[in-house]
Amino acid sequence: MSSAHAGLPFWRRYIFSTDHKVIGIQYILTAVFMALVAVGLSVLIRMQMTWPVRLWPIMEQLLPTAYEGGALKPEFYLTMVTMHGTIMVFFVISLALVSGVGNFIIPLQVGARDMAYPFLNMLSYWTIVPACLIMLASFFVEGGAAAGGWTSYPPLSALPGALPGSGLGQTLWILGMALFIVSFTMGSLNFATTILNLRTKGMSLMRMPLTVWTLLVSSVLGILAFPPLTAAAIMLLLDRHGGTSFFLPEGLVVGGNVLAYEGGTPLLFQHLFWFLGHPEVYVLVLPALGIAFDVVATFGRRPVFGYRTTVWALIVAAVLSMIVWGHHMFTSGMNPYLGEYFSIVTVLITLPFAVIGVNLIASLWRADLRLTTAMLFAIGIISAVGTGGLGGLWLGTAASDIYFHSSVFVVGHFHFMIGVVTSFGIFAAIYYWFPKTFGRHMNETLGKIHFWLTISSVFPAFIGMHYLGLGGALRRVYDPTYYEYVRPLQEMNVWITFLLFISIAGQLVFFVNLFRSLFWGTKADANPWEGATLEWTTPSPAPHLNWNEPPTVYGGPYQYRVNGVGGYVAQHTPPEEIKCWVGPHEG
Amino acid sequence: MIARTRTFETTALALFFFGVTTLTVWGFAMPDWLPPAASRHAEGVDGLIRYLLVTTGAIFVIGHAVLIYFILKFEGSEDSTAIQTNPKTERLWSILPVLTMALVSEVGVLFLGLPVWDEIYGEVSEDVLVVDVAARQFEWIVRYPGEDGEFGRTDPTQIDGQSNPTGIDNADPRGSDDIVERNILRLPVNRPVQLRLRSHDVLHSFSVAAFRVKQDIVPGMVGSTTFVPTQLGEFEMGCAELCGLAHYRMGGRVIVMSPDDYETWLSEQGGDA
Repeated sequence: MSSAHAGLPFWRRYIFSTDHKVIGIQYILTAVFMALVAVGLSVLIRMQMTWPVRLWPIMEQLLPTAYEGGALKPEFYLTMVTMHGTIMVFFVISLALVSGVGNFIIPLQVGARDMAYPFLNMLSYWTIVPACLIMLASFFVEGGAAAGGWTSYPPLSALPGALPGSGLGQTLWILGMALFIVSFTMGSLNFATTILNLRTKGMSLMRMPLTVWTLLVSSVLGILAFPPLTAAAIMLLLDRHGGTSFFLPEGLVVGGNVLAYEGGTPLLFQHLFWFLGHPEVYVLVLPALGIAFDVVATFGRRPVFGYRTTVWALIVAAVLSMIVWGHHMFTSGMNPYLGEYFSIVTVLITLPFAVIGVNLIASLWRADLRLTTAMLFAIGIISAVGTGGLGGLWLGTAASDIYFHSSVFVVGHFHFMIGVVTSFGIFAAIYYWFPKTFGRHMNETLGKIHFWLTISSVFPAFIGMHYLGLGGALRRVYDPTYYEYVRPLQEMNVWITFLLFISIAGQLVFFVNLFRSLFWGTKADANPWEGATLEWTTPSPAPHLNWNEPPTVYGGPYQYRVNGVGGYVAQHTPPEEIKCWVGPHEG
Repeated sequence: MIARTRTFETTALALFFFGVTTLTVWGFAMPDWLPPAASRHAEGVDGLIRYLLVTTGAIFVIGHAVLIYFILKFEGSEDSTAIQTNPKTERLWSILPVLTMALVSEVGVLFLGLPVWDEIYGEVSEDVLVVDVAARQFEWIVRYPGEDGEFGRTDPTQIDGQSNPTGIDNADPRGSDDIVERNILRLPVNRPVQLRLRSHDVLHSFSVAAFRVKQDIVPGMVGSTTFVPTQLGEFEMGCAELCGLAHYRMGGRVIVMSPDDYETWLSEQGGDA
């Protein structure tokens, strides 16, 4: 520890810290806590999907307002699907993968001593804390938490009379989201500025590790895409409490009363929401892919295939992601010509992603594969992004989306992309950088048990949801056996729930491993994986401010086995020293 | 330093991907997921789905086959020979996926998708039957124009849950003979239908899986969707956009009748086709 840090009192070091690594860890721990809530909700959702008419006297004891008389109330079911989605997307995946991993790794990989704006960084974390608290508190207000879906489409979300959760719960949802957006925008600005301005000498853009590239692209997307949602949130708040009619037309009849709104349209909200909503998916998915590239290179002992084409593919995918939002609205009643346009450009997104996918697979060609836990998760990402991505084509094609829209197929698809791909990204990052974070290794055996329990449950579960959707099962339905034509498929719901419990068992192993390794993990060297990027030049754990003098960079990030000796050239190795290498990797 | 990978792990990983690939393809290839198609454009939608199944399925299988092969071949290969990255090769290998996906995706959208899209949203034929469907929490109010062939004006202030659920304006004589039903939509077979879709309160979505029809209903707008039922019988309709706590049971029946039966039913209600 450098003296600058050691001199600080405890609360400045670990609570109100401006150290990017401490803040990264804070984000991840916050996300882990929120994940407990969101996973808990998914258990209750799956119980309802599996046994829709069963009474649960035990649940009545635990949650008397939600399980009145032992039966789950439909409004609480809607609250659960709404809050599961909201918490997972914004308060788990965004926080852990982008804010958490990004904070920890960006300065270390670009050779900066901290973020460009350390105070802003601290502020963005301490803005997310009240946002989380508000979201959690909303469960306890009258009418319960928001229940209009994570998309919160008005008029349902605008009219307290239309749904119990559209009372105070929905207002708190909007406030929580507004704080989240403020925090995330500060974070994105900080990331982009740090990456663009604080790179160490020699770290040109085309020498940055792909994790940094993906985080740069995702930060820029975040900065561009979030403001419209902020606007939408404020307009919704005004419609609810200020008597405006941004999203509300005239002639609405709720509870027998004609409401006094006029002139607005609910479609406006949908456009604003998805203008953010679609890029947000890329904000989450791209960093997971960047992490996969880094991990595959290190444990494949070869340079990634197609570094440059990958960077261009990322940029093209990001640009396209800003102009395709309407594919979430094919059935919304917007102009059919607009639907045609959105369909044509949406499926073009498969082009850059196909390049990224081929490059990921080709990075295994002639590799010297070491199947560490991090590597297993990275290979899982390759498979998951392909599987989920191909399903995206079924939804992006407008004419087939007519059938799949609002079906469980969509649920299966987005759980592959922003559930499996992103959480595998988080896990790969944690197993890979844990030694750098805490100076100890995570247990590999427990790690592999975690991997196998997870992959063998989530893949079949979410593929099963594709089948349900193919059978016409609709999402957000309290009783999946209500429609006769999907009743024969009910067995699939039982299987999916069974698989969820296996997956949860896997996550318990992960928790045990995480906390066990924090205290009793084997000590790690500065560079335990023989990585070539800059983070491995600091001691493990990395000290405050990382380096006294950040190293100078002379080459690309993935120079593994680039000569015949079988060693690697670290980014900071000067050309004149390349002859006397770190040596054969076997040591 | 890094422990060599045990071979059984590699085998397990390869086997896992093999299993996932096989099971997924086998599952998707099972013929009876889709409900029987009962409208004219449903054939086009199903054709498109089959096309996507075959093309994306092939890419899925090839991708995983290569992944499995690489995992098995290069696990702990201890190949220490130099790897030179050749930018030209890399660029060539990005042209291949770009061309493949451009072909697969745009053929689907432009050649198979657009004609179906046009069937749903294009010009409606002369003999189209127009039916007014109003959605409200949590029921469907179906209205036929009656003898005069015209719908009466509606007025939200005149909505009465029992006697006038869709709010037909008493002052408009065209509305006096309108036929109103709840949660049952009767249609003649093989005749184009255009539904006029209105909502009283929040977003709903008119959805009939057997017809491959789904159309959101936006309050404040009169939406429409067009289709041709081709099978006699009863089909389930439902709401596909979250609309409140009883959203899940906002269902109803579509009864497709022979033209004669439809005429008979209509005249019994005092209407005239």
